[in-house]
Amino acid sequence: MMLTCHEMTELVTDFLERRLAFPRRLSFQLHLTMCRHCRRYVAQLKTVTRTLRFLPVAPIPPDRREELLGQFRGMRRGPGHPGPSPA
Amino acid sequence: MLRQPPGLCSASRRKSWQREDQPIPRQKFVAPDEDSELLKRLLDGDEHAFAELVDRHHGSLIRLARVYVGDSSVAEEVVQETWLAVLRGLGQFQLRSTLKTWIFRILANKGKTRGAREKRFVPFSALAGTGSRESAVDPSRFTRAGAWAAPPSPWDEETPESLLMNQEAISCVEQSLEGLPPGQRAVVLLRDVEGLDPQEICNILEITETNQRVLLHRGRSKIRRAVEEYFGWKKR
Repeated sequence: MMLTCHEMTELVTDFLERRLAFPRRLSFQLHLTMCRHCRRYVAQLKTVTRTLRFLPVAPIPPDRREELLGQFRGMRRGPGHPGPSPA
Repeated sequence: MLRQPPGLCSASRRKSWQREDQPIPRQKFVAPDEDSELLKRLLDGDEHAFAELVDRHHGSLIRLARVYVGDSSVAEEVVQETWLAVLRGLGQFQLRSTLKTWIFRILANKGKTRGAREKRFVPFSALAGTGSRESAVDPSRFTRAGAWAAPPSPWDEETPESLLMNQEAISCVEQSLEGLPPGQRAVVLLRDVEGLDPQEICNILEITETNQRVLLHRGRSKIRRAVEEYFGWKKR
């Protein structure tokens, strides 16, 4: 079963997620060996996906962090223990 | 190991979940050791353990909260409420999922509630529109036979490492992510940014696996397209 390039661009996510059944996966890989455009497309999609894993994330503002730690401390013997903390 | 019905020839004796129509089977979940240890420390009242947890997840929670409620300050409220719910619920948490999944699930519930109250939330499954014909790549870039007519061109940065060094490219990725429709944004966030499993994602977002696949596919394709434009790909 020969895949067109257009079909390849629709299957690429399933391929990268290892969701393709063997026959189709084989067709996909075969097409890649023969088509540099699709090779480039898949590589670019892979790059973007891997880059997303390392997006910078904002740390929690210090005052909020303190507030939360205060809540945690206020639970005395540890969170989720039954009963109110002693006065 | 799944039992195969009798009579199947060896050629089709692949795991059933590898067929496209079969869901990936849910294996019995075993919590990672680090989660068990962290939970124990938390229940013992170890403040550093809680600080670790907060530092690790707070930013990610804010990101997902914004998908539900948009505005920054409301998102912060939702996340604060989430942390309080985590504190209250730790004593009953059974490690039937990872701590991370559990926390994100709490956030998703709160986000949904708050989003509904603010009248902004549309169920992600409704946005998946698996019936709709949205194409990952503009169809005009292919010939009628389906071959590339306007193929992708090389990027200045082709590896994640070099891409991450390019501040503008990273901004492009971030903006593109933020500009995705909510369903796609949520799935790309949880799958690619947070590294959660598809099953966990379906659980958190209350969507089907088909939804999840479609949303991930469209979201990723759009972000790739945005980076392509950034690197100056011009339609011939």
